[in-house]
Amino acid sequence: MTTVWWIAACGLLVNIGVSLGVMMRRRTAEDPLLAVLLFGTVGVALLVVLAEALDAPRGLDVALVLALLAAVFGVAGVRTGWFGDRRGKGAGR
Amino acid sequence: MTALELLSTVLLAASLFFFTAGTIGLVRLPDSLSRLHALTKADNVGLGFVVLAVGLQTPGWPAAFKLLLTWLLVLAAATNVAFLIAGSVGRDDAPPDDGSEP
Repeated sequence: MTTVWWIAACGLLVNIGVSLGVMMRRRTAEDPLLAVLLFGTVGVALLVVLAEALDAPRGLDVALVLALLAAVFGVAGVRTGWFGDRRGKGAGR
Repeated sequence: MTALELLSTVLLAASLFFFTAGTIGLVRLPDSLSRLHALTKADNVGLGFVVLAVGLQTPGWPAAFKLLLTWLLVLAAATNVAFLIAGSVGRDDAPPDDGSEP
């Protein structure tokens, strides 16, 4: 069963890698915020799967904290315009 | 491999399918709103399947409850952040970004 968890973890890692590779090209101004969303979901999934693969129950706590931080970071990123030249936003700036 | 492990494997495969669908949407779709759509819907369903798969293998109720809590938190957070991003895109009066460098 451990092998299955590791395969799933590799699959998730490939997903994150491809997505971030696409976002690095920055086709739209919202790409960095989409990356935050992506880490909020795929990152949590990866941590949960790794916690099971490594038999480390504390990984679930790490996943919970990452979920919390992703929420705060995402909202703050949208509201303050941390991510540069999103034209005409002005919210908080 | 017991029945529960088999079920977990199937659920993991389903989750990988949905995550991959989200990634393909992110790669293929042209504008921010469509990519937001692909990212939030598909990835949150995928996370739900992962949580189910892991929850079937966890020994006690507290861990399963923590997993459920994590999923609900991610759902709420992703929904709110997606609405915020979409709202800030909708307020933008500038022409759509075609990817060309300024």
